[in-house]
Amino acid sequence: MSLQIENLSVYYQTLKGDVHALEDITLDVKLGEIMGLAGESGCGKTTLCQSLIYLNPPMKYMTGRVMLNGNELPIWDAEKMNQHRFRDISIIPQYAMNALNPIRKIGPMIRDLLTSKKVDYKDRLPELKHRLDVVNLPHDVLGMYPFELSGGMKQRMVMVLSTLLDPTLLIADEITSALDVASQKAVSELLVKFLDEGCCKSAIFITHDISILYQIANTITVMYAGYLAEKASTETIIHSPRHPYTKLLIASLPKIGVKYSEKHLKGIPGHPPLLLNPPIGCRFRDRCPLAFEKCTEVPPFVEIEKDHFIACWREGSHA
Amino acid sequence: MKRYLLRKILIYLLTFFIAVTIDWMIPRFMPGDPIRNMLTRVSVSSNATAIQQMYDYYSHLFGLDLPLWQQYLNFWKSLFQGDLGISTYLFPTPVIDVIKRAVPYDIFLLLPAILLSWYAGNKFGAVAARSKRLDNTITPLSYILNATPYMWLGILLSWFFGIILGIFPIAGAYSYSLQPSFSWKFIGSVLHHWFLPFLSLFMVEFGGQAIGMRNMIIYELEADYSHYLGTLGAPQKLIRNYAFRNAILPQVTGLALKLGTIVAGALVTEVVFSYPGIGYLLLAAIQNQDYFLIQGCFLFIIVGVLIANFAIDIIYVLIDPRTRRGMTGETS
Ligand SMILES: Nc1ncnc2c1ncn2[C@@H]1O[C@H](COP(=O)(O)OP(=O)(O)O)[C@@H](O)[C@H]1O
Ligand code: SF4
Ligand SMILES: [Mg+2]
Repeated sequence: MSLQIENLSVYYQTLKGDVHALEDITLDVKLGEIMGLAGESGCGKTTLCQSLIYLNPPMKYMTGRVMLNGNELPIWDAEKMNQHRFRDISIIPQYAMNALNPIRKIGPMIRDLLTSKKVDYKDRLPELKHRLDVVNLPHDVLGMYPFELSGGMKQRMVMVLSTLLDPTLLIADEITSALDVASQKAVSELLVKFLDEGCCKSAIFITHDISILYQIANTITVMYAGYLAEKASTETIIHSPRHPYTKLLIASLPKIGVKYSEKHLKGIPGHPPLLLNPPIGCRFRDRCPLAFEKCTEVPPFVEIEKDHFIACWREGSHA
Repeated sequence: MKRYLLRKILIYLLTFFIAVTIDWMIPRFMPGDPIRNMLTRVSVSSNATAIQQMYDYYSHLFGLDLPLWQQYLNFWKSLFQGDLGISTYLFPTPVIDVIKRAVPYDIFLLLPAILLSWYAGNKFGAVAARSKRLDNTITPLSYILNATPYMWLGILLSWFFGIILGIFPIAGAYSYSLQPSFSWKFIGSVLHHWFLPFLSLFMVEFGGQAIGMRNMIIYELEADYSHYLGTLGAPQKLIRNYAFRNAILPQVTGLALKLGTIVAGALVTEVVFSYPGIGYLLLAAIQNQDYFLIQGCFLFIIVGVLIANFAIDIIYVLIDPRTRRGMTGETS
């Protein structure tokens, strides 16, 4: 087991009060697994991943623990976490295009970073160059400033840098959102390649685009308004989802694979609730076609079949 | 790079040409007559024909009896010979000599004030950006200093140190009882007179620089590249170092711009402390309607500001890789 999250809650501290962005998350990611993380914008995908690696204000740790390779990660302790960041857990952030210091050449910047982590740049250079080859970047980029690279190049550069110390878990946050369809495919295939080559041992891939997850993810986790809704194998989520939200989400997509373009894009009516003063009970309640009295309580996230988890009173043994 | 420079030089030359033309118009199109003014002030005679004769004589001397286009051409010609005309207020001293006497005081006063306040302000601003406790003391103090009307601060300083405590003189560049010489006594007197105007400039500038630097660093620390380094577990030292290097770029530009205004003097300071730089001179010239001196002072200011701006354009190309590469069209 690579990553184990237990009862993790993280809020944002704001002047108006706490934003309940992450509630009681319990989740495993296995070695070799690419876990897709899906859900509408604002449901807490970025917050979940950021809190695993860099839980800084205004984020506020509430409860829960995170284990990586059986060791607890001190996510609430900014200083102690430093030794795990980059080595054990790493991220390709949502803002990869602006992630590099604009006035430092890329090679020297990497040297600064590695030196600060007591890693010898020269030792690592052959591997760095090899990985540039893998992502199809010329070695010259090391002598360039970030603004001399195109958006796609910068992103691949960040991809190489983030995985340079072979982290156990790599998080990729919306790395395909800003790209055209062809590059989306290329970038997501690179991620698989990185995993195959051992540049990372497991990955969480955040995206809006479930069709990409269908191609590369082993499992898919669906989030809704700060809670996990459902987690199962990619096949199960795509073809036989059980959670009402997942069903609507999948139905709203143009069908991929088997039932090609059977349905038109059908949006889900209503909006997710605001997470500052969120409603009690199941947060999907006022949009859910199946809601009933019981839903004023928060449904637990339980395993209804092997490796299939769901949080809904209508499903599983509680129904 | 070369094309960029050529284009810039062209733009600056054009600006210079227009500014000098406007400067030339000052004595000619301003209300009032510089020659008559001078004559009334001296009031040599009440005889109308005698005055007319003198008027014609001086008009000829200043070249004001020629057609305008001729005057304009002559103006440019003498400009290149370093001849800015003759001061009517300090007649018959040439304007260029009057200005030459004033400029060293400006440099002596402003150069240290600008450099030291820049250095100290940025240093403190950078420190304030990283220490909560210092931020709570330095930053409000800087805001107060920066928001204080300068005139008020100057008068307050000269009142307190000059009149109440009586430890600093409040007018002039050195004691009137001394003749300029290379003696310790004279140098001491110069420093003694220099201190208050310097201090007032330093304080206000310091505040502005400290605030600017602090805010820039905080902005850079919140930038995406800083956050990314944080997620990769880079030590604070490295993150701050990068933020500092990014934050200092606009500060360097600001410094170059400030240095360019040295020749313009510090009008208010020099007036409050009766310090004989260009600013003080300009005021005297205006009060005495000495148009040629006004013209000369403005010319100096124009040149100074243009040179400073040009220097900034070059400095920016040198220190910021983004402009550098952009300019030269290099791609690797
Ligand atoms: N800095 C912040 N301060 C307050 N609330 C925030 C902040 N960042 C995100 N949030 C809130 O947290 C929730 C989850 O955001 P996020 O994790 O970015 O969602 P996602 O990545 O799924 O689009 C949203 O409701 C958002 O409004
Ligand atoms: S718990 Fe109730 S409201 Fe929530 S998804 Fe299930 S049925 Fe709908
Ligand atoms: Mg996000």
